[in-house]
Amino acid sequence: MLEIKNLHVDLEEEDKTILKGVNLTVEAGKVHAIMGPNGSGKSTLSYVLSGRGGYRVTQGTATLDGIDLLALEPEERAAAGLFLAFQYPVEIPGVGNLTFLRTAMNAQRKARNEPEISAADFLKLVRAKAKTLQIDAEMLKRPVNVGFSGGEKKRNEILQMAMLEPKMCILDETDSGLDVDAMKLVADGVNALRDARRGFLVITHYQRLLDHIKPDVVHIMAEGRIIRTGGPDLALEVEKNGYADILTEEA
Amino acid sequence: MMALAQARPPLIDARIAELRLPDGAAWSMAARAEALDRLRAMGLPDRRDEYWKFTRPDSLVQVDAPRTPVSDPAEGLDMFGDIDRLKIVFVDGIFDPVASDELALDGVQIERLAGAAQSHIHWVRDVYGTLEARGQSPVARPLAALNTALASDGLLLHVSRSPSKPVNLIYVHNSETSDAILHHVIRLDPGVELTVLEHGPAAARFNQVMEVEIAAGATFHHVRNQESGHQQRAATHLFARLAAGSRFKSFTMTANGVMTRNECAIELAGDEASAHVAGAALGDGNVHQDDTILITHDALRCESRQVFKKVLCNGATGVFQGKILVKPGAQKTDGYQISQALLLDEDSQFLAKPELEIYADDVICSHGSTSGAIDEDALYYLRARGIPRKLATDLLTLSFLAEAVAEIDDEGLRTEINARLEGWLARRRG
Repeated sequence: MLEIKNLHVDLEEEDKTILKGVNLTVEAGKVHAIMGPNGSGKSTLSYVLSGRGGYRVTQGTATLDGIDLLALEPEERAAAGLFLAFQYPVEIPGVGNLTFLRTAMNAQRKARNEPEISAADFLKLVRAKAKTLQIDAEMLKRPVNVGFSGGEKKRNEILQMAMLEPKMCILDETDSGLDVDAMKLVADGVNALRDARRGFLVITHYQRLLDHIKPDVVHIMAEGRIIRTGGPDLALEVEKNGYADILTEEA
Repeated sequence: MMALAQARPPLIDARIAELRLPDGAAWSMAARAEALDRLRAMGLPDRRDEYWKFTRPDSLVQVDAPRTPVSDPAEGLDMFGDIDRLKIVFVDGIFDPVASDELALDGVQIERLAGAAQSHIHWVRDVYGTLEARGQSPVARPLAALNTALASDGLLLHVSRSPSKPVNLIYVHNSETSDAILHHVIRLDPGVELTVLEHGPAAARFNQVMEVEIAAGATFHHVRNQESGHQQRAATHLFARLAAGSRFKSFTMTANGVMTRNECAIELAGDEASAHVAGAALGDGNVHQDDTILITHDALRCESRQVFKKVLCNGATGVFQGKILVKPGAQKTDGYQISQALLLDEDSQFLAKPELEIYADDVICSHGSTSGAIDEDALYYLRARGIPRKLATDLLTLSFLAEAVAEIDDEGLRTEINARLEGWLARRRG
């Protein structure tokens, strides 16, 4: 589904290379996790895939079901089925959460030549999905992420993911800033979306999120490369020994 | 220098020679003559006047209104259509009895300036031009004095009980050379509440004064949409005096218009009064939109708030001159002012002059002014959800304007204004 080959990325503003040849394939139906120390390039990978400005791809490719992601605008990538759950969801005062969600859904549908969702169908759908994430009607009406707690923002990200039904979901440190209960809620939301046609890439510092979202494959990233790939046990090893051992072995 | 200054009175004569007083204006002749004296003493505004530093008054003071294509009259009339209101229509500054509702509203005495001679409306005699005259200090407002002297029509509203619905002044522009001068006087008795709505391009050139006298505990809501075509010009003045415990809330949407100057002078004269003035302006291309505000605190524990937001692109100019004046003894004043511009490109400019002048020692006053571009992080967030760049930019533009729109208390009116803002952006998006 998601195929990244030999991806090299520089920061546009500074002469600094962040990704130095990333290779990664996420198959439909699988959950891959990327772990790694601060500054290893995990978040950069998620930004480059979703089309944030400020980066320059110098080598390599990234495709989603064969479509060249790097040639597309961010909105075109979203319409093609890519979704990034943000580490720091942005607050947008004055734009209601529902307006935002419906605008996004219909923009994607329009881009795919699908009919728009009616107001009634949309409301029915969003209420049902919000309920399972314990998002109440008041929170749906409020401006996007304004005054939301850390946990509410992350639940709101998962709600957007559930509504937009992407093919490929990237979660960028969705566990950061969450207490145990909120993490469980978010993980349940993600698990409810797992199916044979959807791929997940879960970026995290810590193993604890992976207790709730069980990965099929775990990658360790350091200094802009994936330095080791393994099964769920690899996350447990990191949790126990830290990154130092792996970094030394791979150096 | 002297020669130039002396050139001003002839311009006034030329300007007023073109204008005609309404029939039955006898009752107001004393007030009009005084206003004309004031005007002659101060002269018409000039580019060298400090108060006109950012805005060229030339086209507002020249003898004839510049020829201006008319707007589609049907366009304006449909606004506030879902709201039960009393419609009063002026076409090029002339009252239109056919398009207007009957001038009757429970709790409100309604007269027209042009017809007031036939009625016994003693209160107007004492009020007409009074707040305008008070508003000439500390800065001169010549176009307001000109208005008082020469207004051809306007509404006189005396509210003794809160009416069941708002009064909606609808302005239609139908003549390429119309030069409308309207003067409204509104008086609210103690404890009553009134909402005045205004919309529509009024004329090729429009000069409006609204004087609002608000008695103790009364509340005045004002929502105005100045959306017009690209060529219209307008100079408006809103004068208000607030007695103890009264409230004043005014919101103006300005869109297009080659020259718009909105002045507002509010006097908090009674203790614990509250005045909020807000504006959302949209400028694309050769437009100039100026909001010039003075709020004077002259009583205890009053609160005032100014919230002005301007969206500018393709060479548009936005101006904000806003002042909070706290007089000696106006203790426990709470004054706030924010003016912000969203510059959608590098060709547009925002000129701001925020001022505080404080002669009391126990007050809280703050002001801020910023201009900036669209937030790239927010834009990326929306686009990452599939919203195309232009639509995402428009959503963020509405987000930017939201703080000003939030100053409208009534949800239905907020919805109407948001729909107009969205419509303007959507037409621009194409």
